[in-house]
Amino acid sequence: MPTKRTAQQQSVDPAAQEMLIRAEELGIGTAFTRADDMAPCNIGAAGMCCKQCDMGPCRLTKEGQVGVCGATIDTIQARNLVRAIAAGSAAHSDHGRDMAFTLKAVANHEAEGYIIRDVAKLRIVASHYAIPIEGRSPEEIANDLADLYIAQFGQQKGEVAPVIRAPQKRLQLWRERGVVPRGIDREVVEALHRTHIGDDQDAEHILQHAIRTGLADGWGGSMIATDISDILFGTPAPVLGQANLGVLKDDMVNVVVHGHEPTLSQMIVAASQDPEIIAYAKAAGAKGVQLSGICCTANEILIRQGIPAAGNFLHQELAIMTGSVEAMVVDVQCIMQALVDLAKNFHTKIITTSPKVRITGATHIEFDEHKALTIAKHILKEAIDNYKNRGKTHIPQIKEDLIPGFSHEYINYMLGGSYRASFRPLNDAIMSGRIRGVAAIVGCNNPRSQQDYLHNYVVKELLKQDVLIVQTGCGAIASAKLGLMLGEAGLTEVGPGLREICETIGIPPVLHMGSCVDNTRILTVLTQVVAEGGLGDDIDQVPAVGLAPEWMSEKALAIAAYCVASGAYVIFGGSSPVGGMPDRVSDSDKVLHYISEGWEKLYGGKLEFIPDPDEMIKATLAHVDKKRAALGLPVYDPAKFGRSGDARMLELEMLPVAERRQAIYGTAAD
Amino acid sequence: MSKYIATRAMRGANALVTEAELMLDKALAEKGPDTKVSFPNTAYYLPTILAMTGQQVETLGQLQTALEHARGLLHPLPSENKWTPYLGETLDSGMATLFAAETIEAIRFVYGLQPEPLPGFHLAGGTSYGSANGDGHLNGPIDDIQLRSWGIQLVDGRMPGFAAIVGCAKSNAVAVKIVRELQKRNILTFLCGNVNGRSIIHQLQEEGVELGYDTYTVPFGTDTISAIYPLGFAARSGLTFGGLKPAMAREILMYNRERVFAFVLALGEVDDLKYAAAAGAINFGFPVIADTVIPEILPTGVTTYEHVVSMPFDQIEGKDDLERAERLVQKCIEIRGVKVKVSSVDVPVPYGSAFEGEVVRKADLRIEFGGKYSRCFEYLHMASSEEVVDGKIEVVGKGFEEIPAQGSMDIGIVVKVAGRNMQTDFEPVLERQIHYFVNGASGIQHVGQRDIAWIRVSSAAAEKGFNLEHFGKILHARFHEDFGAIVDKVSVTIYTEPAKVAEWLEKARVAYDFRNKRLADLTDDRVEEFYSCTLCQSFAPNHVCVVSPQRLGLCGAYNWLDCKASFSINPTGPNQPIKLGKSVDYLKGYWEGTNDYAKIGSHGVVQEVAMYSIMENPMTACGCFECIVMLVPEANGVMVLSREDTSMTPAGMTFSTLAGVAGGGLQTPGVMGVGKFYLASPKFISAEGGFKRVVWMSSVLKETMAEEFKVVCEREGDPDLLAKIADEREVTTVEQLLAWLEQHNHPALALPPMF
Repeated sequence: MPTKRTAQQQSVDPAAQEMLIRAEELGIGTAFTRADDMAPCNIGAAGMCCKQCDMGPCRLTKEGQVGVCGATIDTIQARNLVRAIAAGSAAHSDHGRDMAFTLKAVANHEAEGYIIRDVAKLRIVASHYAIPIEGRSPEEIANDLADLYIAQFGQQKGEVAPVIRAPQKRLQLWRERGVVPRGIDREVVEALHRTHIGDDQDAEHILQHAIRTGLADGWGGSMIATDISDILFGTPAPVLGQANLGVLKDDMVNVVVHGHEPTLSQMIVAASQDPEIIAYAKAAGAKGVQLSGICCTANEILIRQGIPAAGNFLHQELAIMTGSVEAMVVDVQCIMQALVDLAKNFHTKIITTSPKVRITGATHIEFDEHKALTIAKHILKEAIDNYKNRGKTHIPQIKEDLIPGFSHEYINYMLGGSYRASFRPLNDAIMSGRIRGVAAIVGCNNPRSQQDYLHNYVVKELLKQDVLIVQTGCGAIASAKLGLMLGEAGLTEVGPGLREICETIGIPPVLHMGSCVDNTRILTVLTQVVAEGGLGDDIDQVPAVGLAPEWMSEKALAIAAYCVASGAYVIFGGSSPVGGMPDRVSDSDKVLHYISEGWEKLYGGKLEFIPDPDEMIKATLAHVDKKRAALGLPVYDPAKFGRSGDARMLELEMLPVAERRQAIYGTAAD
Repeated sequence: MSKYIATRAMRGANALVTEAELMLDKALAEKGPDTKVSFPNTAYYLPTILAMTGQQVETLGQLQTALEHARGLLHPLPSENKWTPYLGETLDSGMATLFAAETIEAIRFVYGLQPEPLPGFHLAGGTSYGSANGDGHLNGPIDDIQLRSWGIQLVDGRMPGFAAIVGCAKSNAVAVKIVRELQKRNILTFLCGNVNGRSIIHQLQEEGVELGYDTYTVPFGTDTISAIYPLGFAARSGLTFGGLKPAMAREILMYNRERVFAFVLALGEVDDLKYAAAAGAINFGFPVIADTVIPEILPTGVTTYEHVVSMPFDQIEGKDDLERAERLVQKCIEIRGVKVKVSSVDVPVPYGSAFEGEVVRKADLRIEFGGKYSRCFEYLHMASSEEVVDGKIEVVGKGFEEIPAQGSMDIGIVVKVAGRNMQTDFEPVLERQIHYFVNGASGIQHVGQRDIAWIRVSSAAAEKGFNLEHFGKILHARFHEDFGAIVDKVSVTIYTEPAKVAEWLEKARVAYDFRNKRLADLTDDRVEEFYSCTLCQSFAPNHVCVVSPQRLGLCGAYNWLDCKASFSINPTGPNQPIKLGKSVDYLKGYWEGTNDYAKIGSHGVVQEVAMYSIMENPMTACGCFECIVMLVPEANGVMVLSREDTSMTPAGMTFSTLAGVAGGGLQTPGVMGVGKFYLASPKFISAEGGFKRVVWMSSVLKETMAEEFKVVCEREGDPDLLAKIADEREVTTVEQLLAWLEQHNHPALALPPMF
């Protein structure tokens, strides 16, 4: 029987709860209620269903059962997994491809409204690949870099270029294991080929290709996407932003951008500040245009311009239900088809923009980077024209400030300034035990769990254990909504050692590093931590863990694959797509074990699925402590730390003048 | 940083950059943009700006660029709530503060406000300003001469670190105690800043503490801005010794973090500007310790250990303020990781290398031995183990108690050592140490060696109970401490009884004579190995000295015997024997062994080294050479420039500028840094014709080396040669030089072309 949850059980976010109660009142269904109504297929969930050909679908639920073709459970699970990873890699990488084409167009002055904003990053990235930079214009360099990056997708032989940025030892290991991607598209295509009926039918061999397909994402398509986003739109640095539905404005035209790519949204940001558009909005009776984001499009403009985030994945329907959104402009990935029907209850226009994504019933205004600014203005005018149709609004007055924008470049800067930038202070902090370890808590929202609960619980508990947290994607927005991405949280929500570090640098204890495609920034940080020295000579030795407590997308699995391949311990919440039914069918968890212990032997990283948050925390701490011990670092001991900081000074400064002088400067002698 | 510190440092930085801009605007209006700006006797322009940005500031107008750079490094203060990170921003603000401070001091020089005047003050050794003799003003920036002459002490650990004291101590007594504690550890102490107008410099002046280069204490100025001078000194150390080039900012800062053990000690209230300057210092990896309550920054990274430490003076454990001062100094040393060797010498006066330079003036004199009115000699010899009773110190004859104040008496100091690894060759090596060892006692001055030694004891030292026996205690303790590997037993006899003095002086003179002959016999072709000296590699990572009997180290401090002794003391240390192997070119001085070693020792930077040539693969130099030898092509010869000579040379450059070419561990044909005694060696650029090539020489060398050069001139068959060599008194241009050489018929003109 499907269970029906209360709003409080569906989300820990009070803004979401408010909207879920309203949905109930209006009798409108959401992903939350649909999840309640839709029991997941338990055979599919265990990875034991094969629908690769028309001899099936085959459901292998009995001991010794094989598919019509004879495929065993482990083959079927491995095939399902690699297909999911291929889809995830394809999504990220296709995003990267579009970025590369945009860069090419910008370099040739064919992209309206775009400029090369971060020439320094362009030069650094180009010099990774020995593209000449001295004495050349940014456009010339960008043109070469765009050509190189575009070529990575269709490359057939050799190695994708960005892998040379991995630690030497790691790259050597990949070469030995035969998993260096040859070309991004080639690995995705091969994943599909291998999993066609009657092809690769050895689970370990299939899973080796899962690693290669994942690497084509993390050290290929995604890395390309992040690089180019920074080059075109600026490398993020800390900026004040806001998150949650309270950012929607009663008296302004609310335009919500949702999806994953920054190309259009950046142009909408620019257009929304255009006097012509502001005047147009005023003429329509609004004070202006309030732009906000959902999902990773939100993150892209949040980390660069501080444009507020209306929420994460599960907020997409809730935002519309405020009745205040004139247009939700979507591009690619994680856009629920339900939006269109839901929007019919309000005045909201759902505008699809990607040539790859149309949704039946939505307005389609196709984006083309060659006329980006014109299209952006056109979209905004559509939204403004819709303002007059707005009915009663119901915006939860809940929002929180945050300081996002921690690119690896800024992290390097923040640890030493222009002259002494380095990762040394971070490495020192980990080595001394002020920072026990680092956790990257990333990934989606999943309506099958309580929204944000797992994210927040794990984040909060790990902070108390002096684990520094970096985040991207929807997980990041969860912490933002909770105020954990403020410097203040670094003083009150953490253990004593981490507090010293947060206070020394002025950082929040949870660093927002960008969108889900930006997980490559975490790879770069780990690589730089290794290069700085003192924490081993490869990523797998660093006391760090990757977690995706509320994952749901195939992209999450692709990320997991490249993180494991890079040497990370990856913990997913929820259920495993290859979990099998070991209590009913013996050996149906072979793949589950292989991607843990098997992969760990090969790559030093492993993928595990742990639904219980306390167990997740326990496993995380055990792992970082194990890595600390292996490095010969001191055992984590919070009692040793916590003396630094302003507290004592600020206390003394409260005293009356005479006492204050005495307390701070001591008794004067002569 | 913490938000509190960040806020105050950024505020201080913003204010100082603005102040510098206003001062510069005023100066530009009053003096004009082409007005020259410079610090005295340095080749490094305004050194911090040069090192960090590569900009060679020579005029007021150029300072605008430096300040624009500084302004670009400033940031808005962190907001009260919801702040963005501030550590990197604070460090940048600190750097901006340094650029602004250096700009302000440069402008003050233009207005004659630097060095800072301080009536009644006398510098015990300092930067020279034309005819000013150190009276009535503070030091201002350290000049290149002093930087280089301290070089060897920095690298061999004798001078383990620097303390930059900013502010004012709790009391005069505490000020003196802090400085004495630092001196005792041979830590070079920089003094600047004030609290409400009162500076530690005033405190020390009132207490009669001698301040200056000679006592390892440098009073820069009584404001915080003068703290730029020690940082300019630090920046130059990377350029002088580290082989780093201007604008290699990060490398220079890292060099300081790794190799220059400096820290900032803030005494008294820390204001915005002090926070800002401290942020500048932290860029260099120098931690800050305050004796008041300030927020502590204990995580490490930018500095090696803690960044900012607060030790409120009243809360330091200790029975009185003096003990608290001692603890404070100990904590500073610990935080910077300064490796200090403290000599525990049981004498009633403070003891340490920092006191080596102390002068005992006639008015303060209790008694002197040697000099004009009496004789003093020192003699160290080895004996069998049975003959030496370790620690036995005997005074044969009367003490100086009965001699009236400012009197003199004859004395002989005879040291007997025994040790399994002791060799006769080491006797003179050890004997020469007596000078340094005795000088280390505060209030005792030692000059000379052998039978021309001259020792003065101050009244203050005598009042504290210093007597003859203490010479023995010092020598016993120090020989064990420094030469424990070759010396097992040491006994000392002090002779004052006239008959005994005469008797031992005779014995000593026989030994001196023997040693002279031995040294004369000790030539490069009679040994099978030279020694490497990589002592300086802690500072100049790719430089390697090859020390032969006839070519001592360029610092003048290590000859072949010293290296041999050093190898015996520490077989894995900086002095390693280099087996010569086959001679490749005897004239130029190539051996297989030396060439092989050059490659290894220089980490591949140098491929070959010619021991006797300046034109072909000359030996490299760190930065602490005593003189520079440089080709003067027009004159077909070389000039020799002493580091003590600040005047212009025929090369069109002063020592400071030339030193930049000679140092840093790179081979530059035609330029060499050498020890001055090498000039007198028969192997001195013998490949090019030797001493006859010297066409110009600093007069200070001519004077101080007169006796040695007399011998050389005779050896070269031209007894008047020295008089034919020009110096800066007559000749400062090439034209003048050529005229001089013609006029004096200098032999170089008749020698074959040098290249």
